[in-house]
Amino acid sequence: MVSSQFERGFGWGLIKEGRISGFRRRALKVGLALLLVFAAAFIALPVASLFIKSASGVTLETLWNPVVIDALTLSLFTATTSVVIVIILGTPLSYLNARFDYPGKEIADSLIELPVVMPPMVGGIALLMAFGRMGVLGQHLHACGVNIAFTTVAVVVAQIFVSMPFYLRQARISFEDVDLVLENAARTLGASRTRVFFSVTLPIATNGLISGAIMAFARALGEFGATIMFAGNFQGKTQTMPLAIYTAMQGDLDVSLCLALILVAISFAIIAAVKMLTRRMYKSDVRD
Amino acid sequence: MIKETVAAILAIFVIATLAGASDTDELVVFCAASLTGAFGEIGEIYEDDTGVDVILNFDGTQALRTQVEQGAIADVFVSANKKHMDGLMAEGFMDNDTVSIFTENRMVVIVPADNPADIQSLSDLSEPGVMIITGVKDAPFGSYTLQVLDNLANDSTYGPEYREAVMSNVISQETSVSNLVSKIALGEADAGFAYQSDISPKLSEQVSKVEIPDQYNVVAEYPLGVLMEAENPDEASSFIEFVVSPEGRAVLERYGFQPV
Repeated sequence: MVSSQFERGFGWGLIKEGRISGFRRRALKVGLALLLVFAAAFIALPVASLFIKSASGVTLETLWNPVVIDALTLSLFTATTSVVIVIILGTPLSYLNARFDYPGKEIADSLIELPVVMPPMVGGIALLMAFGRMGVLGQHLHACGVNIAFTTVAVVVAQIFVSMPFYLRQARISFEDVDLVLENAARTLGASRTRVFFSVTLPIATNGLISGAIMAFARALGEFGATIMFAGNFQGKTQTMPLAIYTAMQGDLDVSLCLALILVAISFAIIAAVKMLTRRMYKSDVRD
Repeated sequence: MIKETVAAILAIFVIATLAGASDTDELVVFCAASLTGAFGEIGEIYEDDTGVDVILNFDGTQALRTQVEQGAIADVFVSANKKHMDGLMAEGFMDNDTVSIFTENRMVVIVPADNPADIQSLSDLSEPGVMIITGVKDAPFGSYTLQVLDNLANDSTYGPEYREAVMSNVISQETSVSNLVSKIALGEADAGFAYQSDISPKLSEQVSKVEIPDQYNVVAEYPLGVLMEAENPDEASSFIEFVVSPEGRAVLERYGFQPV
């Protein structure tokens, strides 16, 4: 099983050609196997420990704790809202970036990627400076009676800020991968640009778009730093799962563990869903 | 050639790490966030006087307690309430003979300097639409806030409805008082419950305070002591001696504390 994976890997050709001696070959195999086991254990152990440590304290009662219910509801609601907005805004934007050149594109590209490398806390302060009540834009909004900071809207804004780049990047690559020959063929057959986009480009790119959206959802779900800075920490309004985990950690470790378990379960379900979804789509593509 | 260079660099690393680990002139102090200003200064003076490297770790007391319980190593623990110190003592993390209360603090309501919601008295806090920040209930300043509100609720002038109205104005519960103070200083909220000591000399231009009368106020007692696992217990004891010395007390007073 392990070796069959290595066979595809790089370097195996050298081994097969006999350019590496038998002993070296074995050593390499053992070394790589050890590395694989070590890497798997490094991720599996902490996750398993969450379950082991919570076995004694976490009961069904903890699960029905209002803190847990509120955080779970809020997190799912805000992360879903964020991703829907990211998809609506991000899809045309990344198509634009994939297909057209415009002045300042380089700068726009770098700017879009910035939140990925920026520590989330910095993002939170930046958002507060921009949209806070005393902020650059926020003070004018405040004058019109609109307050964003410390509301559920702020949670969504923070999540969009940090998760958008993940979608934009993936969506752009997916659009770039769509063969121009196909688009042009559709055009010569008389389809309008819009028709081509919806009937040719979008269906082909869908796989990539979905995995981009999933990445954005996961990032939004895990958002902590920007949220606590910009949206504050209030149960039922701005206290998402990560904030609730952090807050509970300081008082009730069981609640903290329970929330952490739920988050792990959701993350795992997401990964599994994406894998299944993309595999099925790939198969249907091939059949077509 | 490359191998030798790598080996040399590694050797330097190992030696540096070992040297760092065996360095005993280092004192780790876990300190309640409300003492950030005062202990920052006390730590500096102590460093200058003794040459000891004082490493201060400021956070909400409850967060620091969790860190100690999960195995963090420190020499001195400074708590913003008795509850968390008593907890650590009962769990065997403190050298109990060294623990004593060294200062007191009181609660105040702080508002941004331009006072956007025009908070003049405690009763203004219950007006609809006032944006208030408090602390999580496990943070000392959060539980003191709840006590103050309980005291107000038990008084016929304010009553339980007052407490309800104030609580419904809360927009965020911070985990450390320093986060609360900076958000008020930025003017992002109208009022917050904090310590009298939070209006440090530096902040006095950005925030002003509304007093909480003594009959409703709570006295926050701050204990400190040496941890069982302290790597440097003697240095820890002399640091505590310095905190309670006239010089240390003077710094605390300047930051609005009431040393005992």
